[in-house]
Amino acid sequence: MISFERVTKRYPDGTVAVNELSFTAADGAITVLVGPSGCGKTTSLRMVNRLIEPTEGRIAIDGTDVRARPAAELRRSIGYVIQHAGLFPHRTIVDNISTVPRLLGADRRTARNRAHELMELVGLDPTLAKRYPYQLSGGQQQRVGVARALAADPPVLLMDEPFSAVDPIVRKGLQEEFLRIQGEVAKTILFVTHDIDEAIKLGDNIAVLREGGVLAQFASPDRLLAEPADDFVEQFLGRDRGIRRLTFYPSAGLSLQEGPVVAADTPAPSARDAALSAGTPWLLIVDADRRPLGWTNPAALPDHGPVGNARLIGYGHAFVLGSDSLRAALDAAVLSPTGWAVGTDGNGQVLGVISQESIGSAIRAAHAQAGTERERADAKAAAADASPESETAAETDEPGAAESAASAPPPSDEAPLEQAR
Amino acid sequence: MIAANVFDLPSYVQHSYLGLLGEQLEVSLGATLGGLLVSLPIGQACARWRLLYPPVLGLVTVAYSIPSLALFVFLIDYTGITDTTLFIALALYSLCILVPGVVDGIRTVPPEVKLAADAMGYGPARRYFQVELPIAAPTIMAAVRVATVSSISLMSIGAVIGNLGGFGQLFTTGLRSFNLSLVWLGLFSLVVLALLCDVLLRLAQRLMTPWADRRSARA
Amino acid sequence: MIDYLRQFFSDPRFQSGYDGIWQRISEHCWYSLIAFLCAAAIGLPLALLTGHIGRGDGPISALAAVGRAMPSLGLIVLLAVKIGVFNFNAALIPLVALAVPPILLTTHEGLRAVDRAVVDAARGMGMRPLQVLFRVEIPSALPLILSGLRTAAVQVVATTTIAAVISFGGLGRYVVDGLSQYQYYQVVGGGFLVVLLSVATLIVFSVVTRLAVSPGLRRNR
Repeated sequence: MISFERVTKRYPDGTVAVNELSFTAADGAITVLVGPSGCGKTTSLRMVNRLIEPTEGRIAIDGTDVRARPAAELRRSIGYVIQHAGLFPHRTIVDNISTVPRLLGADRRTARNRAHELMELVGLDPTLAKRYPYQLSGGQQQRVGVARALAADPPVLLMDEPFSAVDPIVRKGLQEEFLRIQGEVAKTILFVTHDIDEAIKLGDNIAVLREGGVLAQFASPDRLLAEPADDFVEQFLGRDRGIRRLTFYPSAGLSLQEGPVVAADTPAPSARDAALSAGTPWLLIVDADRRPLGWTNPAALPDHGPVGNARLIGYGHAFVLGSDSLRAALDAAVLSPTGWAVGTDGNGQVLGVISQESIGSAIRAAHAQAGTERERADAKAAAADASPESETAAETDEPGAAESAASAPPPSDEAPLEQAR
Repeated sequence: MIAANVFDLPSYVQHSYLGLLGEQLEVSLGATLGGLLVSLPIGQACARWRLLYPPVLGLVTVAYSIPSLALFVFLIDYTGITDTTLFIALALYSLCILVPGVVDGIRTVPPEVKLAADAMGYGPARRYFQVELPIAAPTIMAAVRVATVSSISLMSIGAVIGNLGGFGQLFTTGLRSFNLSLVWLGLFSLVVLALLCDVLLRLAQRLMTPWADRRSARA
Repeated sequence: MIDYLRQFFSDPRFQSGYDGIWQRISEHCWYSLIAFLCAAAIGLPLALLTGHIGRGDGPISALAAVGRAMPSLGLIVLLAVKIGVFNFNAALIPLVALAVPPILLTTHEGLRAVDRAVVDAARGMGMRPLQVLFRVEIPSALPLILSGLRTAAVQVVATTTIAAVISFGGLGRYVVDGLSQYQYYQVVGGGFLVVLLSVATLIVFSVVTRLAVSPGLRRNR
C-alpha cells in the first residue's frame, strides 16, 4: 500500500508541481496517475522512490515513511520502469535484468537464472538473452524494462509511461501482456500515463490530476466514466463515456435464445414453418460444428432442400459469452444487419443469439445494480469518515460501519450481472 | 610608446611584426580555406555512399596523427623550405578535421526536409546550396573554427625547419638569443589571433544562420 | 624518399649507442608516456567529476579552445628560456598542458552524452552515485573517453618531437640535428620513425577500444 498524505512539491522558483496530494494505492492493485502534461504525475511517481524529495507531506509504503531508509536501499526494493526503458546499452539483456539482484548481492549465476525466469514471464525469447539493447525492437526493450523491474521481486512497482514510446499495435499487446503478468505477480503498482484510455484499460483505480498537481478525482474506472467529478474530468475523459463504461460489465448474465439457431442440414420447409409459428424474425444457420454461417429470413426459405442452400446474410462478428463485456455484445448486435448478436463459447461454437433490445435491458439492469453497490459503498465510506480518524479507533471493530453495511441490501449470489474487475 | 617598442622587432628576426602577421594569416587561413574546399565534396560523397565513410574516416584519423614536424620535413623534398610546404601540410590537417565535420553536418539534415525540397521541385544543385548546406552550416562551421585555430597554432612549428611559420619565428629566434620578451610576444600574438578568429567565425556563423539553435553548435 | 631512408638506416651512427635508433625510440616513448599519464591523472578525475554532476560545460569548452590555440613550440621555448634548456620540466609541462584539454573535453562530453533515461533508470534501481558513475556512465561513455585519450596521446607523441629544439632526446633529435647539419636523410629518417610511433599509438588505442568497449555500444562508432 502506497499512501500520499498531503504531499506538495514546490520548486525554488516558486512553481508548484504537486499540490497537497492525498490518495492511497491499494495492495496488489494498479493505481493509475493520469492527466495532461504539467500535472505533476511523473513528479508524484518519482517522489515515491525519492528521485525527487517532496517539500511537504509524507509518502509511506505499508505505513513506513519512504524517508525512513537510505534512498539507494529504498529504491532497490521498488521496481522502476520508464518510458524508453532506459536499458544499459553496454550490458546484455540478461545482465540488464540481473542488475538489482546483483546490487543486492546475489551471485552471478543466481541472478542470471532469475533473469531467465523473468524473460519467460514477460514473453521474451530466450535466444535474446545474450543480445544487446540496440538489437531489440522498442516493444522487446520495454518487456526487458519490466523484467528488470521485477527481478528482485519487489512488492511495489513504479511505471512512468512505460508503453508510450511504442506504436499503437505493440502498445495494445504490451498492455494485455502486462495485465496477464499482473494477474500472476499481483504487485502494488503506481502507473503514470497521459493516455486516459490506457488508464481505463489498466487501472483498478485512477487518480486524475490537473495542471498544478491538484487531484481532480480518484475513482475506479467504471465510476470515473459514470460520474466525472467536474467539467475538467469530463473533458479529459472524452466522448462515448457511456459506451466505454460498458467494458466493465461482463456479458455472462445475458440470456441467449437458442430457438433461432438451426443447423445447415435442416430441411428448409420445416425450419420455415417452425420459425413462422414461433414468430422468429431471423434464423442463424450454423454448420455441423455449430459455427455461425449467416442469417436468413425464414419467410424467404425455399420449399425444398436444406436451409444451408438459402441465401445467407453476414452476421458481422460474434461475442464470447462470459469473457467478453457488454460493450462487445452490444457492438456485435449493432454491427449485425439483423440487429441480433451471436454469442459463442470460448471455442467459437454458437450458444445462442440476442437482440439489441434484450442487450439494452441488460445494460439498464447492470446500471441499476452498479448504482446500488455504489450507494452501499458510499454509506460505508461515510460511516468510516464519521468515526474518529485516530489509528487506534480505526483498528477497533467499528459499530457504525457494521450497521450501515447491514442496512444496505444483502449481496445476492444470483445477481445476473456482477460488476467486473 | 611601450606598445611601439614591443612590436619593434630586433633586426635578427629578419621580419617586421606586420610582415609576420601577414605571413601567419595568409598561410594558416588560406590552408583552412583550401582544406574546406576539398573537404566539402569528399564529405558529401561520404554522406551519400555510407560504405565510403569508414575507410575515409580511418584514413583521415591516421593522416591527422602524423606529427606536423614530420610532415613538414617530408614535404621539404618536394616544395623546399617555403611557405608552400606549410600550406600543404596545414591544408591536409584542416581536411582531416573538416571531413568528419562536413559528414556530421550533412547528416543533421533531416531526410524529410530533403524529401520536402524534392517534392517542391528543387534540382540537385539548388537543393544542395539552398537547403542542405545551410542546415549543415552550424556543424560545419564548428569544425571550421577548430581547423582555423589549429592551423594558426600548428603553423608556428614551421619555424623549426627554417625562417618560416609566421609568429613561430619569434620562438626560435627567442630561443637562440634567449630573448624572453620575443617568446612572450609570439605566444600572446598567436593565442590572441587564434581566439580572435574563433570569435569572428562564431559571429559570422550567427549572422549566416540566425535560425540555428545556439546550444547545439558547441565545439 | 626510399633512398634517404636506406641511407639513414645504414648509417652506423644510428645503429647503436647514444644516437642509436632504439635509444631514441625508448627516450621518445618514455617522455611521451610520462606526459600522457600525468595528463590523464589530471584530466580524467576532473572530467569524471564535472561530467557526473553535469556542471562546467562553459569553462571546459573555453579551456579546450585555449588549449587548441596554445602553440606547443612557444610553450616549450618559453619554459626552456625561463627554467633552463636541460630541465626535464621544460618539456614535460607543455606536453601535459597540451594533453589535458582534449582528455577533459571528450570525457566531460562523453559523460554528458549518456542517455538521461539510462542514468535515471540506474538511480531508480538503487545505484549509489559512484555505482552510477562506474557501472553505467563510464562504460557508456567509454568510446568517447578513449577517443579523447587517443587524441591526447597522439598529440603528446607529436609534440615530444618538437621538444628536441631545446636539446632533448627522442626522435625529434634526428630532425633538428639533421636540419642544422644539412643531412636531409637524417631528417627524413627521424620523421619516418615518428610517424611509425604515432601509428603504433593509434593501433594500441584501437586494440584497447576493441577490448574494453562493450559490443552493445559498437553501433555508435
